[in-house]
Amino acid sequence: MTSTKFDPRILKAPHPVPGAPDNWKRFFSFNTDAKVIGIQYIATSLLFLLVGGLLAMIVRGELITPPADLVDPTVYNGLYTMHGTVMLFLFLFPVLNGLNNLLIPTMIGAPDMAFPRLNAAAFWLVPVFAVLLMGSFFLPGGPAQAGWWSYPPISIQNPMGLFFNGEQLWLLAVALSGISSIFGAINFVTTIVRMRAPGMGFFKMPLYCWTAWGAQIIQLIGLPALTGGAIMLLFDLSFGTSFFRPEGGGDPVLYQHFFWFYSHPAVYVMVLPVFGIFSEVFTCYARKPLFGYKFVALASFGIVFLSLIVWVHHMFYTGTPNWMRILFMFTTMTIAVPTGVKVFAWVATLWGGKLRLTTPMLFCLGGLINFIFAGITGVMLGTVPIDIHVGNTYFVVAHFHYVIFNAIVLGVFAAVYHWFPKFTGHMYYEGLGKLHFALTFIGCTLNWLPLHWAGLLGMPRRVASYDPEFAIWNVIASIGAFMLGVAAIPFILNMVSSWARGPQSPPNPWGAIGLEWLLPSPPPAENFEDDVPTVINNPYGYGLGEPQVADEEYYIRRAQEA
Amino acid sequence: MTTTTNNKSPNVGAIVIIAVAVALNLVLAVLMARWSYSWFPPQASSAAPYVDDLFALETGIGSFLWFGLTGVIGWTLLFNRAPKYDESYGEPIEGNNRLEITWTVIPTVIVFAIAIYSMQVNDKLDALGPKQKYALGTDPATVAAVDPRATVGPIDVIARQWSWEFIYPDGVRSSELHLPINQRVNFRLISEDVNHSFYVPAFRLKQDIIPGSVISYSLTPTREGRFRLRDAMFSGAYFSQNQTDVIVESDEAYSSWLKATAKQPLQPGLSPGSDLYAKRLANGDKGWATVPPAPAPLVNDPGDASIPHDA
Ligand code: HEM
Ligand SMILES: [Cu+2]
Ligand SMILES: [Cu+2]
Repeated sequence: MTSTKFDPRILKAPHPVPGAPDNWKRFFSFNTDAKVIGIQYIATSLLFLLVGGLLAMIVRGELITPPADLVDPTVYNGLYTMHGTVMLFLFLFPVLNGLNNLLIPTMIGAPDMAFPRLNAAAFWLVPVFAVLLMGSFFLPGGPAQAGWWSYPPISIQNPMGLFFNGEQLWLLAVALSGISSIFGAINFVTTIVRMRAPGMGFFKMPLYCWTAWGAQIIQLIGLPALTGGAIMLLFDLSFGTSFFRPEGGGDPVLYQHFFWFYSHPAVYVMVLPVFGIFSEVFTCYARKPLFGYKFVALASFGIVFLSLIVWVHHMFYTGTPNWMRILFMFTTMTIAVPTGVKVFAWVATLWGGKLRLTTPMLFCLGGLINFIFAGITGVMLGTVPIDIHVGNTYFVVAHFHYVIFNAIVLGVFAAVYHWFPKFTGHMYYEGLGKLHFALTFIGCTLNWLPLHWAGLLGMPRRVASYDPEFAIWNVIASIGAFMLGVAAIPFILNMVSSWARGPQSPPNPWGAIGLEWLLPSPPPAENFEDDVPTVINNPYGYGLGEPQVADEEYYIRRAQEA
Repeated sequence: MTTTTNNKSPNVGAIVIIAVAVALNLVLAVLMARWSYSWFPPQASSAAPYVDDLFALETGIGSFLWFGLTGVIGWTLLFNRAPKYDESYGEPIEGNNRLEITWTVIPTVIVFAIAIYSMQVNDKLDALGPKQKYALGTDPATVAAVDPRATVGPIDVIARQWSWEFIYPDGVRSSELHLPINQRVNFRLISEDVNHSFYVPAFRLKQDIIPGSVISYSLTPTREGRFRLRDAMFSGAYFSQNQTDVIVESDEAYSSWLKATAKQPLQPGLSPGSDLYAKRLANGDKGWATVPPAPAPLVNDPGDASIPHDA
């Protein structure tokens, strides 16, 4: 019952496209190999992490002093808007899709994605909307300035009255990003459902795949709402309709429902895969099975379901009637339960383990304690009376950066280090990795811990200037931010030099359990090719002495000899 | 080295350590909850004490959890490290159903308890009245006021890009909001351009203002002083300057202010956006696109932006 039907036709699909180059040029071509696409995604997104980070440095530079003295306030508004947009749509979504491309096929023993050409198309949309978004900096009125929420009416004011304007390009870019994500989601979901190795029932599937699956289902459900909202907004902006325009009888608050119906769950699209990464990394470096594997797996889908029914917590003070606020407060609070199940499971996994503090382990440990912190401030924000005070203040900015940077981005770094040897075939330098971790952890704590207090005292978000009583928190935050800028140096150095001349990596340098570690490093184009192992045991059988697949010795030998 | 083994007889040492750790954590949590009161501006409305109490409770529970879990993780970092070259495994425990039930049920109870308590606090705030739509461009004054319990008001709060205007029932107009202490006051929140938000941190109250709707909003100030009113919903170029002061004063001071102000002629009120925009134009209109600010409102009391606020 648990073993899947394996469709042999998929195995025989021609990969890569016949005639595709197999040297460095393949990274610049319309290649259909998931491992090439994965690296294309990750490299592109890390580049945009630098761009988004640079924008953040200017923003934090402006905020180191109370008055708006570094850039014009309109420029400030454009910069913070583009910072948020670049970080979400050009860094975080693409980097996670990159990890999906590398990890999903190798973890489930598939040769490639289900739809390789759709996969490549999804990736190549990223540079297209990146050009649109970056191009908007050079328009006469500058880029979009309405924040990444792009709430009307401010987003459709179009001060210069030009048909082509920053907001318009922004909306087009977001719509294209949505299409790219839908392409990706169709692929990931199909691949996970249809292409698992023989014997790999859902309850023998690694948690990264569970969480990626949940996340991509959210994309399929939610993105149509966002895309629909964005298109209506584009019509209001460019073609004079009045969906959200109050002068024409439209309702600006309606847009907020469209936006948050997707954008709250979007947070879980970003965080769920990182939960998967935590599960992979903690078991591997604590040398223990995952505590309560089935509960952790099912909790993912508890989170998926609940994430779809909480969006109104972003609208507690927009005039939402009281009964609705209370209802959504209750749904919001329940998300803490499945999330708690995961957190407790990770801590129990660490308990009594044989911990090895490698770079990925450090990033995950740091990410976990930050995530617990963010979960607590999240519950605070979920209670109506607290949110009425701290909503739209720096408390929220601090909370969501604790989630998105201090937990998610730390988890992404962990993944990059953990699977670096697998997909490049080279080891990274542990010393540089640890330096990167130390600078990142200290920097991100300095950056966002103090801002909670600024928010509690009443400092609104999205401000280019502020009253002097908030100065102290902002000075510390800016120092932390600049430290994060410095942290990029050891990271880049490590990635570039390790890939160029790091020591050769064996197939399984960490003694990890999982199908991907039974492949050579880097894996061949079609992973296991015709000889896919049959899964016979649960993942994460650390210390149980049970092989994960039949004939494990054979696969280990084969990978070593390759 | 401490190792965790499965002794069948109760391990007295472990129980003592756990008891001491839990007790210390409880003390820490209570200290954090007490400390949390100092993180807020002074309590200047009848809502504020309830909000601060709720926050202190959440800080206490949150601190207990965070210190507890971080403490456990820290313990494993200290005592469960693999020595170098040790390739062995930890004890292969795969789970425990009783623990899973415990850490599902207890958090469920906690979050529902918090939610129910928050619901009660929310009833105490009792600030939000109905939101009534009207056609933008018509006179919002045709929308009836609706808080029979308010003894002051309705005061029309008009937010613009980027200024605030307050219109009192007898027609007095002001750039700063004067309120008598300890009386329930009702506002009609109105915007003629984009979304804004009426946010007074010392009151712990915030309400977005939506163009095309009149929102009825009520509160009771409880402390005399000059408090900052901040626009908290992004409203464009000079959003961060779109602030003014709320002055809470005694009944007598309030009535005499109303009387004196009624005699003042109308004059341009505070409009921080206009000043900055004029500067921008003087410097050659550099920067990215913005709509021009709405003209400064004509008011009887233009206020004084140079007086420092209390919070
Ligand atoms: C490199 C370190 C970073 C720094 C110093 C930083 C700093 C900031 C600052 C100062 C703001 C303005 C907050 C406001 O006024 O609302 C902001 C907004 C934001 N940031 Fe970051 N950030 C960083 C990394 C990230 C990352 C990695 C992400 C996401 C992956 C991210 C996503 C956002 C978003 C979505 C916004 C909201 C923009 C908006 O309000 O429309 N940031 N950030
Ligand atoms: Cu949300
Ligand atoms: Cu959140």
